[in-house]
Amino acid sequence: MEKEDSKSKKAGGRLCCICNQRRAALKRPKTLEQICRECFYEVFEEEIHQVIVENQLFKPGERIAIGASGGKDSTVLAYVLSELNRRHNYSLDLFLLSIDEGITGYRDDSLETVKRNEIQYGLPLKIVSYKDLYGWTMDEIVRVIGLKNNCTFCGVFRRQALDRGASLLKVDKIATGHNADDIAETVLLNILRGDIARLSRCTSITTGEDGPIPRCKPFKYTYEKEIVMYAYFKRLDYFSTECIYSPNAYRGFAREFIKDLERIRPRAILDIIKSGENFRISTSTKMPEQGNCERCGYISSQKSCKACVLLEGLNRGLPKLGIGRSRGHNNDGRKDGKQINGTSIESKQCGTLDF
Amino acid sequence: MQLTLEFGGGLELLCDSVKVHNVHVDLQNGAEKLTMKDLLSWVHTNLIKERPEMFMKGDSVRPGVLVLVNDCDWELSGQLDTTLEEKDVVVFISTLHGG
Ligand SMILES: [Zn+2]
Ligand SMILES: [Zn+2]
Ligand SMILES: [Zn+2]
Repeated sequence: MEKEDSKSKKAGGRLCCICNQRRAALKRPKTLEQICRECFYEVFEEEIHQVIVENQLFKPGERIAIGASGGKDSTVLAYVLSELNRRHNYSLDLFLLSIDEGITGYRDDSLETVKRNEIQYGLPLKIVSYKDLYGWTMDEIVRVIGLKNNCTFCGVFRRQALDRGASLLKVDKIATGHNADDIAETVLLNILRGDIARLSRCTSITTGEDGPIPRCKPFKYTYEKEIVMYAYFKRLDYFSTECIYSPNAYRGFAREFIKDLERIRPRAILDIIKSGENFRISTSTKMPEQGNCERCGYISSQKSCKACVLLEGLNRGLPKLGIGRSRGHNNDGRKDGKQINGTSIESKQCGTLDF
Repeated sequence: MQLTLEFGGGLELLCDSVKVHNVHVDLQNGAEKLTMKDLLSWVHTNLIKERPEMFMKGDSVRPGVLVLVNDCDWELSGQLDTTLEEKDVVVFISTLHGG
Protein backbone atom coordinates (compact mmCIF):
# COMPACT_ATOMS: atom_id res chain seq x y z
CA MET A 1 0.00 0.00 0.00
CA GLU A 2 2.79 2.37 0.90
CA LYS A 3 4.36 1.45 -2.37
CA GLU A 4 1.22 2.43 -4.25
CA ASP A 5 1.32 5.87 -2.61
CA SER A 6 4.90 6.64 -3.47
CA LYS A 7 4.29 5.48 -7.02
CA SER A 8 1.49 7.90 -7.60
CA LYS A 9 3.42 10.70 -5.99
CA LYS A 10 6.20 10.18 -8.49
CA ALA A 11 3.94 10.51 -11.49
CA GLY A 12 2.89 13.84 -10.04
CA GLY A 13 -0.38 12.22 -8.98
CA ARG A 14 -1.49 12.56 -12.56
CA LEU A 15 -4.76 10.94 -13.39
CA CYS A 16 -5.77 9.42 -16.69
CA CYS A 17 -7.25 12.11 -18.92
CA ILE A 18 -9.87 9.72 -20.25
CA CYS A 19 -11.38 8.12 -17.13
CA ASN A 20 -10.10 10.64 -14.60
CA GLN A 21 -9.91 7.86 -12.03
CA ARG A 22 -6.81 5.77 -12.42
CA ARG A 23 -3.18 6.78 -12.45
CA ALA A 24 -1.80 7.56 -15.91
CA ALA A 25 0.67 4.94 -17.11
CA LEU A 26 1.85 6.33 -20.41
CA LYS A 27 1.92 9.31 -22.70
CA ARG A 28 0.47 8.57 -26.11
CA PRO A 29 2.86 9.72 -28.85
CA LYS A 30 0.00 10.27 -31.27
CA THR A 31 -2.05 12.61 -29.09
CA LEU A 32 0.25 13.39 -26.13
CA GLU A 33 -2.62 12.30 -23.84
CA GLN A 34 -1.73 10.80 -20.49
CA ILE A 35 -3.74 7.69 -19.98
CA CYS A 36 -4.03 4.70 -17.69
CA ARG A 37 -3.42 1.12 -18.68
CA GLU A 38 -7.06 0.12 -18.98
CA CYS A 39 -7.98 3.12 -21.13
CA PHE A 40 -4.84 2.50 -23.19
CA TYR A 41 -5.90 -1.06 -24.00
CA GLU A 42 -9.27 0.24 -25.05
CA VAL A 43 -8.13 3.10 -27.31
CA PHE A 44 -5.31 1.01 -28.76
CA GLU A 45 -7.61 -1.85 -29.75
CA GLU A 46 -10.51 0.33 -30.86
CA GLU A 47 -8.34 2.51 -33.09
CA ILE A 48 -7.13 -0.60 -34.88
CA HIS A 49 -10.73 -1.77 -35.17
CA GLN A 50 -11.67 1.59 -36.73
CA VAL A 51 -8.80 1.33 -39.22
CA ILE A 52 -9.95 -2.17 -40.16
CA VAL A 53 -13.56 -1.06 -40.62
CA GLU A 54 -12.91 2.23 -42.41
CA ASN A 55 -10.49 0.66 -44.86
CA GLN A 56 -12.52 -2.53 -45.24
CA LEU A 57 -9.44 -4.64 -44.64
CA PHE A 58 -11.40 -7.87 -44.19
CA LYS A 59 -14.70 -9.37 -45.33
CA PRO A 60 -16.76 -11.78 -43.24
CA GLY A 61 -15.78 -15.40 -43.79
CA GLU A 62 -12.30 -14.65 -45.11
CA ARG A 63 -9.27 -16.74 -44.27
CA ILE A 64 -6.42 -14.48 -43.11
CA ALA A 65 -2.76 -15.38 -42.62
CA ILE A 66 -0.87 -13.29 -40.09
CA GLY A 67 2.78 -13.02 -41.12
CA ALA A 68 4.33 -14.11 -37.83
CA SER A 69 8.02 -13.66 -37.10
CA GLY A 70 7.81 -14.07 -33.34
CA GLY A 71 8.79 -10.39 -32.99
CA LYS A 72 6.83 -7.67 -31.21
CA ASP A 73 4.73 -6.37 -34.10
CA SER A 74 3.41 -9.66 -35.40
CA THR A 75 2.91 -11.03 -31.89
CA VAL A 76 0.78 -8.03 -30.90
CA LEU A 77 -1.02 -8.22 -34.26
CA ALA A 78 -1.92 -11.88 -33.72
CA TYR A 79 -3.17 -11.12 -30.21
CA VAL A 80 -5.19 -8.02 -31.14
CA LEU A 81 -6.68 -9.51 -34.32
CA SER A 82 -7.92 -12.59 -32.51
CA GLU A 83 -9.40 -10.34 -29.78
CA LEU A 84 -11.15 -8.07 -32.28
CA ASN A 85 -12.31 -11.03 -34.36
CA ARG A 86 -14.13 -12.33 -31.29
CA ARG A 87 -15.33 -9.02 -29.94
CA HIS A 88 -16.66 -7.57 -33.18
CA ASN A 89 -17.65 -10.80 -34.91
CA TYR A 90 -15.43 -10.38 -37.96
CA SER A 91 -16.05 -14.08 -38.71
CA LEU A 92 -12.47 -14.49 -39.89
CA ASP A 93 -10.44 -17.69 -39.92
CA LEU A 94 -7.03 -16.58 -38.64
CA PHE A 95 -3.76 -18.42 -39.19
CA LEU A 96 -0.16 -17.79 -38.21
CA LEU A 97 2.25 -18.05 -41.12
CA SER A 98 5.99 -18.15 -40.45
CA ILE A 99 9.03 -18.38 -42.64
CA ASP A 100 11.97 -20.52 -41.59
CA GLU A 101 14.93 -18.95 -43.37
CA GLY A 102 17.26 -21.49 -41.84
CA ILE A 103 19.29 -19.16 -39.63
CA THR A 104 20.70 -21.15 -36.75
CA GLY A 105 20.42 -19.48 -33.37
CA TYR A 106 18.12 -16.80 -34.71
CA ARG A 107 15.14 -18.09 -36.61
CA ASP A 108 14.99 -21.39 -34.79
CA ASP A 109 14.65 -19.44 -31.50
CA SER A 110 12.07 -17.03 -32.85
CA LEU A 111 10.08 -19.94 -34.28
CA GLU A 112 9.87 -21.36 -30.77
CA THR A 113 8.13 -18.11 -29.81
CA VAL A 114 5.66 -18.48 -32.69
CA LYS A 115 4.95 -22.06 -31.63
CA ARG A 116 4.10 -20.80 -28.14
CA ASN A 117 1.86 -18.13 -29.69
CA GLU A 118 0.06 -20.88 -31.61
CA ILE A 119 -0.97 -22.41 -28.31
CA GLN A 120 -1.50 -19.14 -26.39
CA TYR A 121 -3.81 -17.61 -28.99
CA GLY A 122 -5.26 -20.85 -30.37
CA LEU A 123 -4.32 -20.01 -33.95
CA PRO A 124 -3.19 -22.73 -36.38
CA LEU A 125 0.44 -22.27 -37.46
CA LYS A 126 2.05 -22.99 -40.83
CA ILE A 127 5.82 -22.80 -41.26
CA VAL A 128 7.38 -22.75 -44.73
CA SER A 129 11.14 -23.05 -45.07
CA TYR A 130 13.66 -21.71 -47.56
CA LYS A 131 15.15 -25.18 -47.63
CA ASP A 132 11.90 -26.74 -48.84
CA LEU A 133 11.04 -23.95 -51.26
CA TYR A 134 14.46 -23.17 -52.70
CA GLY A 135 16.72 -26.01 -51.64
CA TRP A 136 18.95 -23.60 -49.68
CA THR A 137 18.94 -22.35 -46.09
CA MET A 138 20.11 -18.81 -45.36
CA ASP A 139 23.11 -20.28 -43.51
CA GLU A 140 24.07 -22.19 -46.66
CA ILE A 141 23.56 -19.12 -48.84
CA VAL A 142 25.76 -16.99 -46.57
CA ARG A 143 28.46 -19.66 -46.71
CA VAL A 144 28.53 -19.21 -50.49
CA ILE A 145 28.01 -15.48 -50.91
CA GLY A 146 29.39 -14.07 -47.67
CA LEU A 147 27.75 -11.35 -45.65
CA LYS A 148 27.76 -8.59 -48.20
CA ASN A 149 24.61 -9.26 -50.20
CA ASN A 150 22.78 -11.71 -48.01
CA CYS A 151 19.92 -9.32 -47.34
CA THR A 152 19.11 -9.28 -51.04
CA PHE A 153 18.45 -13.00 -50.86
CA CYS A 154 16.68 -12.78 -47.55
CA GLY A 155 14.29 -10.07 -48.68
CA VAL A 156 13.45 -11.56 -52.07
CA PHE A 157 13.07 -15.10 -50.82
CA ARG A 158 11.04 -14.13 -47.78
CA ARG A 159 8.54 -12.13 -49.77
CA GLN A 160 7.90 -15.02 -52.11
CA ALA A 161 7.93 -17.60 -49.35
CA LEU A 162 5.15 -15.74 -47.59
CA ASP A 163 3.02 -15.79 -50.74
CA ARG A 164 3.66 -19.49 -51.26
CA GLY A 165 2.83 -20.29 -47.65
CA ALA A 166 -0.34 -18.25 -47.98
CA SER A 167 -1.45 -20.19 -51.04
CA LEU A 168 -0.77 -23.46 -49.22
CA LEU A 169 -3.07 -22.22 -46.45
CA LYS A 170 -5.57 -21.12 -49.10
CA VAL A 171 -6.00 -17.76 -47.42
CA ASP A 172 -7.64 -14.73 -48.99
CA LYS A 173 -5.25 -12.19 -47.56
CA ILE A 174 -2.05 -11.73 -45.56
CA ALA A 175 -1.92 -9.29 -42.66
CA THR A 176 1.53 -8.02 -41.70
CA GLY A 177 2.73 -6.20 -38.59
CA HIS A 178 4.20 -3.13 -40.32
CA ASN A 179 3.64 -0.19 -37.99
CA ALA A 180 3.54 3.59 -38.48
CA ASP A 181 7.25 3.94 -37.71
CA ASP A 182 8.12 1.28 -40.30
CA ILE A 183 6.03 2.98 -42.95
CA ALA A 184 7.43 6.45 -42.22
CA GLU A 185 10.91 4.96 -42.48
CA THR A 186 10.10 3.34 -45.81
CA VAL A 187 8.66 6.60 -47.19
CA LEU A 188 11.90 8.32 -46.27
CA LEU A 189 14.07 5.60 -47.78
CA ASN A 190 12.14 5.64 -51.02
CA ILE A 191 12.56 9.41 -51.25
CA LEU A 192 16.28 9.12 -50.53
CA ARG A 193 16.58 6.56 -53.31
CA GLY A 194 14.27 8.25 -55.80
CA ASP A 195 12.28 5.04 -55.92
CA ILE A 196 9.03 6.52 -57.18
CA ALA A 197 7.29 3.23 -57.85
CA ARG A 198 7.74 2.09 -54.27
CA LEU A 199 7.07 5.51 -52.80
CA SER A 200 3.58 5.46 -54.21
CA ARG A 201 2.92 1.91 -53.07
CA CYS A 202 4.49 1.88 -49.63
CA THR A 203 1.81 3.90 -47.87
CA SER A 204 -1.09 1.82 -49.22
CA ILE A 205 -2.81 -0.02 -46.42
CA THR A 206 -3.67 -2.85 -48.80
CA THR A 207 -1.33 -3.87 -51.61
CA GLY A 208 -1.22 -6.56 -54.26
CA GLU A 209 -4.95 -6.57 -54.93
CA ASP A 210 -4.13 -7.28 -58.56
CA GLY A 211 -1.89 -10.20 -57.58
CA PRO A 212 -2.71 -13.62 -56.16
CA ILE A 213 -2.83 -12.70 -52.49
CA PRO A 214 -3.36 -9.13 -51.24
CA ARG A 215 -1.53 -7.91 -48.16
CA CYS A 216 -2.73 -5.45 -45.57
CA LYS A 217 -1.24 -3.51 -42.68
CA PRO A 218 -3.71 -3.06 -39.80
CA PHE A 219 -0.96 -1.25 -37.80
CA LYS A 220 -0.41 1.40 -40.47
CA TYR A 221 -1.29 4.18 -38.00
CA THR A 222 -0.08 2.42 -34.86
CA TYR A 223 3.05 3.76 -33.20
CA GLU A 224 5.84 1.37 -32.37
CA LYS A 225 6.02 2.81 -28.87
CA GLU A 226 2.41 1.83 -28.21
CA ILE A 227 2.89 -1.66 -29.66
CA VAL A 228 5.84 -2.27 -27.35
CA MET A 229 4.02 -0.75 -24.34
CA TYR A 230 1.00 -2.91 -25.08
CA ALA A 231 3.14 -6.04 -25.31
CA TYR A 232 4.90 -5.09 -22.08
CA PHE A 233 1.78 -4.34 -20.04
CA LYS A 234 -0.01 -7.44 -21.34
CA ARG A 235 3.13 -9.54 -20.81
CA LEU A 236 2.94 -10.87 -24.36
CA ASP A 237 5.59 -13.37 -25.27
CA TYR A 238 7.79 -12.08 -28.11
CA PHE A 239 11.30 -12.55 -29.41
CA SER A 240 13.70 -9.66 -29.78
CA THR A 241 17.14 -10.44 -31.03
CA GLU A 242 18.72 -8.86 -34.04
CA CYS A 243 19.22 -11.05 -37.05
CA ILE A 244 22.80 -12.31 -36.94
CA TYR A 245 23.27 -11.46 -40.61
CA SER A 246 23.97 -7.75 -40.40
CA PRO A 247 21.07 -5.41 -40.88
CA ASN A 248 21.08 -2.81 -43.64
CA ALA A 249 23.07 0.22 -42.54
CA TYR A 250 21.20 2.71 -44.68
CA ARG A 251 17.86 1.60 -43.31
CA GLY A 252 19.27 1.78 -39.80
CA PHE A 253 20.21 5.39 -40.43
CA ALA A 254 16.69 6.23 -41.60
CA ARG A 255 15.22 4.54 -38.55
CA GLU A 256 17.46 6.51 -36.22
CA PHE A 257 16.44 9.72 -37.94
CA ILE A 258 12.74 8.88 -37.52
CA LYS A 259 13.27 8.14 -33.84
CA ASP A 260 15.14 11.42 -33.35
CA LEU A 261 12.27 13.28 -35.01
CA GLU A 262 9.73 11.45 -32.88
CA ARG A 263 11.45 12.58 -29.71
CA ILE A 264 11.17 16.22 -30.75
CA ARG A 265 7.71 15.99 -32.28
CA PRO A 266 5.91 12.63 -32.17
CA ARG A 267 3.37 13.70 -34.81
CA ALA A 268 6.22 13.69 -37.36
CA ILE A 269 5.67 9.98 -37.96
CA LEU A 270 2.06 10.40 -39.03
CA ASP A 271 2.98 13.50 -41.03
CA ILE A 272 5.63 11.63 -43.02
CA ILE A 273 3.06 8.95 -43.83
CA LYS A 274 0.64 11.65 -44.91
CA SER A 275 3.31 13.20 -47.14
CA GLY A 276 3.92 9.80 -48.70
CA GLU A 277 0.21 9.35 -49.32
CA ASN A 278 -0.12 12.71 -51.00
CA PHE A 279 2.70 12.37 -53.47
CA ARG A 280 1.34 12.38 -56.98
CA ILE A 281 3.34 10.63 -59.62
CA SER A 282 3.75 12.57 -62.83
CA THR A 283 2.61 10.74 -65.92
CA SER A 284 6.08 10.90 -67.45
CA THR A 285 7.46 8.50 -64.82
CA LYS A 286 7.36 5.04 -66.34
CA MET A 287 6.03 2.43 -63.96
CA PRO A 288 7.20 -1.16 -64.39
CA GLU A 289 4.62 -3.43 -65.98
CA GLN A 290 3.60 -6.45 -63.96
CA GLY A 291 3.67 -9.87 -65.59
CA ASN A 292 4.51 -13.36 -64.45
CA CYS A 293 7.81 -15.17 -64.11
CA GLU A 294 8.33 -17.57 -67.00
CA ARG A 295 9.89 -20.15 -64.71
CA CYS A 296 7.78 -20.22 -61.58
CA GLY A 297 4.76 -18.09 -62.40
CA TYR A 298 5.35 -15.65 -59.56
CA ILE A 299 4.37 -12.02 -60.21
CA SER A 300 7.27 -10.20 -61.86
CA SER A 301 8.02 -7.20 -64.08
CA GLN A 302 10.80 -9.19 -65.74
CA LYS A 303 10.89 -12.47 -67.65
CA SER A 304 12.20 -14.24 -64.59
CA CYS A 305 11.38 -13.17 -61.07
CA LYS A 306 14.14 -11.98 -58.80
CA ALA A 307 14.07 -15.18 -56.75
CA CYS A 308 14.54 -17.37 -59.81
CA VAL A 309 17.48 -15.24 -60.99
CA LEU A 310 19.12 -15.39 -57.56
CA LEU A 311 18.47 -19.10 -57.32
CA GLU A 312 19.94 -19.76 -60.75
CA GLY A 313 23.07 -17.92 -59.65
CA LEU A 314 23.36 -20.00 -56.52
CA ASN A 315 22.79 -23.27 -58.31
CA ARG A 316 25.24 -22.44 -61.09
CA GLY A 317 27.88 -21.28 -58.66
CA LEU A 318 27.53 -17.65 -59.78
CA PRO A 319 25.96 -16.16 -56.67
CA LYS A 320 26.49 -12.56 -57.81
CA LEU A 321 23.87 -13.06 -60.50
CA GLY A 322 20.91 -10.79 -59.99
CA ILE A 323 22.44 -8.66 -57.26
CA GLY A 324 22.29 -4.90 -57.63
CA ARG A 325 21.79 -3.29 -61.01
CA SER A 326 22.50 -6.33 -63.08
CA ARG A 327 23.15 -5.60 -66.72
CA GLY A 328 23.09 -8.02 -69.59
CA HIS A 329 21.03 -10.48 -67.69
CA ASN A 330 17.30 -10.73 -67.90
CA ASN A 331 17.38 -7.95 -70.39
CA ASP A 332 14.09 -7.38 -72.06
CA GLY A 333 14.56 -3.70 -72.69
CA ARG A 334 12.42 -2.35 -69.87
CA LYS A 335 15.12 -0.27 -68.37
CA ASP A 336 13.01 1.73 -65.99
CA GLY A 337 11.49 -1.28 -64.40
CA LYS A 338 14.81 -2.96 -64.02
CA GLN A 339 16.44 -0.06 -62.29
CA ILE A 340 13.62 0.25 -59.86
CA ASN A 341 13.83 -3.44 -59.12
CA GLY A 342 17.60 -3.53 -58.97
CA THR A 343 18.03 -0.78 -56.44
CA SER A 344 15.05 -1.24 -54.20
CA ILE A 345 15.61 -4.89 -53.54
CA GLU A 346 18.82 -4.18 -51.70
CA SER A 347 16.89 -2.19 -49.13
CA LYS A 348 15.18 -5.23 -47.72
CA GLN A 349 16.42 -5.63 -44.24
CA CYS A 350 17.46 -8.94 -42.93
CA GLY A 351 15.71 -10.70 -40.13
CA THR A 352 12.88 -8.30 -39.43
CA LEU A 353 9.33 -8.80 -40.47
CA ASP A 354 9.97 -6.92 -43.65
CA PHE A 355 7.99 -9.10 -45.98
CA MET B 1 19.75 2.63 -2.67
CA GLN B 2 18.32 -0.73 -3.75
CA LEU B 3 16.86 -0.75 -7.23
CA THR B 4 15.62 -3.37 -9.64
CA LEU B 5 16.62 -2.78 -13.25
CA GLU B 6 15.10 -4.72 -16.10
CA PHE B 7 16.35 -4.82 -19.68
CA GLY B 8 14.16 -6.03 -22.53
CA GLY B 9 13.56 -5.92 -26.25
CA GLY B 10 17.14 -7.01 -26.95
CA LEU B 11 18.89 -4.59 -24.56
CA GLU B 12 19.67 -7.51 -22.25
CA LEU B 13 22.20 -8.59 -24.87
CA LEU B 14 24.29 -5.55 -23.93
CA CYS B 15 24.59 -6.71 -20.33
CA ASP B 16 25.59 -10.35 -20.46
CA SER B 17 22.09 -11.44 -21.55
CA VAL B 18 20.82 -10.90 -17.99
CA LYS B 19 17.37 -9.32 -17.98
CA VAL B 20 16.88 -8.48 -14.31
CA HIS B 21 19.55 -6.83 -12.19
CA ASN B 22 19.10 -6.15 -8.50
CA VAL B 23 21.55 -3.38 -7.82
CA HIS B 24 22.73 -1.06 -5.12
CA VAL B 25 23.42 2.47 -6.30
CA ASP B 26 25.10 4.97 -3.96
CA LEU B 27 24.25 8.63 -3.99
CA GLN B 28 27.00 10.84 -5.30
CA ASN B 29 28.96 12.71 -2.64
CA GLY B 30 26.81 15.51 -1.31
CA ALA B 31 23.81 14.64 -3.46
CA GLU B 32 20.45 14.41 -1.74
CA LYS B 33 18.64 12.44 -4.37
CA LEU B 34 19.19 10.05 -7.21
CA THR B 35 17.72 11.01 -10.58
CA MET B 36 17.28 9.00 -13.76
CA LYS B 37 20.14 11.01 -15.19
CA ASP B 38 22.44 9.73 -12.45
CA LEU B 39 21.15 6.21 -12.87
CA LEU B 40 21.77 6.19 -16.62
CA SER B 41 25.40 7.13 -16.17
CA TRP B 42 25.70 4.48 -13.44
CA VAL B 43 24.21 1.85 -15.77
CA HIS B 44 26.50 2.91 -18.58
CA THR B 45 29.54 2.49 -16.35
CA ASN B 46 28.53 -0.60 -14.41
CA LEU B 47 26.17 -2.77 -16.44
CA ILE B 48 26.58 -2.16 -20.16
CA LYS B 49 29.28 -4.48 -21.43
CA GLU B 50 29.11 -3.84 -25.15
CA ARG B 51 27.79 -1.45 -27.80
CA PRO B 52 26.76 1.34 -25.39
CA GLU B 53 25.55 3.35 -28.39
CA MET B 54 22.60 0.93 -28.61
CA PHE B 55 21.51 2.12 -25.17
CA MET B 56 22.61 5.73 -24.77
CA LYS B 57 22.74 8.80 -26.95
CA GLY B 58 24.22 11.88 -25.30
CA ASP B 59 23.26 11.78 -21.65
CA SER B 60 19.88 10.12 -22.24
CA VAL B 61 18.70 6.81 -23.63
CA ARG B 62 18.83 6.35 -27.35
CA PRO B 63 15.58 7.42 -29.03
CA GLY B 64 13.51 4.28 -29.42
CA VAL B 65 14.39 2.94 -25.97
CA LEU B 66 11.34 3.05 -23.69
CA VAL B 67 11.78 3.68 -19.98
CA LEU B 68 9.28 2.84 -17.26
CA VAL B 69 9.67 3.68 -13.58
CA ASN B 70 7.42 1.48 -11.45
CA ASP B 71 5.52 0.55 -14.60
CA CYS B 72 4.89 4.16 -15.49
CA ASP B 73 6.21 5.78 -18.70
CA TRP B 74 9.05 8.08 -17.69
CA GLU B 75 7.68 10.73 -20.03
CA LEU B 76 5.07 11.29 -17.31
CA SER B 77 7.56 11.69 -14.50
CA GLY B 78 10.05 14.09 -16.04
CA GLN B 79 12.36 11.72 -17.93
CA LEU B 80 15.96 12.48 -16.85
CA ASP B 81 14.74 14.53 -13.87
CA THR B 82 12.67 11.67 -12.45
CA THR B 83 13.71 11.16 -8.81
CA LEU B 84 14.24 7.57 -7.76
CA GLU B 85 13.35 6.06 -4.41
CA GLU B 86 14.33 2.96 -2.49
CA LYS B 87 13.13 -0.28 -4.16
CA ASP B 88 12.00 1.40 -7.37
CA VAL B 89 11.76 -0.78 -10.46
CA VAL B 90 13.17 0.71 -13.66
CA VAL B 91 12.52 -1.02 -16.98
CA PHE B 92 14.34 -0.32 -20.25
CA ILE B 93 12.89 -1.75 -23.46
CA SER B 94 14.30 -1.32 -26.91
CA THR B 95 11.77 -0.91 -29.71
CA LEU B 96 14.52 -1.14 -32.29
CA HIS B 97 14.90 -4.88 -32.64
CA GLY B 98 13.05 -6.89 -35.25
CA GLY B 99 9.36 -6.84 -35.98
ZN1 LIG C 1 -8.18 5.75 -17.72
ZN1 LIG D 1 10.32 -17.17 -60.69
ZN1 LIG E 1 18.70 -11.06 -44.52
